[in-house]
Amino acid sequence: MTGLVITAAIVLVAALSLVYTPRDPLQMNIAGRLEAPSAGHPLGTDQYGRDLLSRVMRGAAASLVVGGVAVGIGMGVGVILGMAGGYFGGWLDEALMRLMDAVYGFPAVLSALLVTAAFGPGIVISMVAVGVAYIPIFARLTRGSFLSLREQEFVLAARALGARDWAIIGRHILPNTLSPLIVQATISFPIAILAEAALSYLGLGTQPPHPSWGLMLKDAQSFLALSPWYAIFPGTAIALAVLGFNLLGDGLRDILDPRAS
Amino acid sequence: MRRYVLRRLLAFAATLVVVSVLIFVVIRVLPGDPALIIMGTEASPEAAARLREAMGLDRPLAVQYWDWIRGALQGDLGRSIQYDVPVGGLILSRLRVTLPLTLLAALFMTAAALPLGMYAATHHRGLGDYLAIVASQLGIAIPSFWAGLLLILLFAVHLAWIQAGGFAGWEQGLWPGVRSLLLPALALGLIQAAILTRTTRSAVLEVLRAEHVRTARAKGLTERVVTWKHVFRNALIPVVTIVGLQLGQLMAGSIVLENVFYLPGLGRLALGAIGARDLPVVQGVVLFVATTIVTLNFAVDLLYGVLDPRIRYE
Repeated sequence: MTGLVITAAIVLVAALSLVYTPRDPLQMNIAGRLEAPSAGHPLGTDQYGRDLLSRVMRGAAASLVVGGVAVGIGMGVGVILGMAGGYFGGWLDEALMRLMDAVYGFPAVLSALLVTAAFGPGIVISMVAVGVAYIPIFARLTRGSFLSLREQEFVLAARALGARDWAIIGRHILPNTLSPLIVQATISFPIAILAEAALSYLGLGTQPPHPSWGLMLKDAQSFLALSPWYAIFPGTAIALAVLGFNLLGDGLRDILDPRAS
Repeated sequence: MRRYVLRRLLAFAATLVVVSVLIFVVIRVLPGDPALIIMGTEASPEAAARLREAMGLDRPLAVQYWDWIRGALQGDLGRSIQYDVPVGGLILSRLRVTLPLTLLAALFMTAAALPLGMYAATHHRGLGDYLAIVASQLGIAIPSFWAGLLLILLFAVHLAWIQAGGFAGWEQGLWPGVRSLLLPALALGLIQAAILTRTTRSAVLEVLRAEHVRTARAKGLTERVVTWKHVFRNALIPVVTIVGLQLGQLMAGSIVLENVFYLPGLGRLALGAIGARDLPVVQGVVLFVATTIVTLNFAVDLLYGVLDPRIRYE
């Protein structure tokens, strides 16, 4: 319940920030640099005098989009590979699992380093890097479900009736694997937010002047002694978002997959 | 057991080959011309051609891959463009920071998580259990680099107990070096400790419900003996697995923390190399870290077979 409330609040703020922020998140004001929180700027201002509240709000949108796309990439590719391996088995399964073992050796930070070296930094790179890290997780999960469902009687019956492979996969097996996949997606989403924040902190994700929580913390580090609140608020936003989605994921797992808890 | 080890070993070798091919494809094949990436698009065609020849880029891709991997197997990862020294030596020297940082974080992680998880499970639904759950929920939500910033804020800015960032080196003895790694290791270990606490707790809870524990209690063993001899040892199997996987995560995480605390480790090396378009260094560091992670996973697989005989007969 707490998770749902926090999550809903963050999603609302992110959506709101696209149409309304108290100030323009990109509007600089050199005279008002690094101001402490006040009525005019509830969270203070950054080193260019930009309103931190507006930037933290817009940062929520960036985080959710990157997290969502990353989990989408991981889930989309992972499920297809896991289906192929789990259903057809044999050498294809063996080859795919070795590929997944290899991809598992590349946590988001590592693949982001690699891909950025080749293509230069950017938000798309960070989405792909975070997403790729999830492919093995979704692939193994899907494969596991397919392996156990493949031999179930209702699947054998469908096959005996002459159903094609794709019909069996799409109509009979896939719907039965959905709950664990949804749970995994909810669990993965907050971790993707953390990964995105870390990447943009390193300068491998969202590029300035666009607001991103990780990037704000990177800037704030230079002014830690001078204006500590600058480092407090974006970090709190990350922690709150991650906490909210984690709690939501736990709750969802209890509902959808009672055996796991 | 021998069959199990042999099968895992083959899979491990195949995985390493795929890792190296993936890195090779991303760096050398996908983006087009590494010579232009290194020199910039304003480079003269003649200069680019010279660099291409020097790097062996004018030869077939398969030959280039074979040369690269054959060198890597002998410890030759090419030369850094930025520093003009062998990449292998560069990695080894930076490992003197990254490896102790990773191990120290792992030490913090296990020292905090195992007792906490154990306590939470044996006091299931008690106040301690509840507090442990809340603590781990919060620990998972705090990004490691933010934890690092908060530690700097507290210990360096407010309390002025230590210097924020930088590395004292190992030349003046063990302590100055370890001291500069304490805060980053703490920040790095926090999130993984939170994850490990949850794993330990649920693993112990699982075993506590098992039949053999009931038997042990029924024959009148003290709770102490039941906990340590019958519960803890069995719960260790999933815990060891997670710890092994977490070591890899910690090593990857150190890339971030080194940049928070200005530590001259692998992460700073790689990030600096990206800025300087030093592709051989990026390629070398990524190959090294990915290989380490895959090797750790392999070790976990083997250990799993040793700890749990059921696995190797599957």
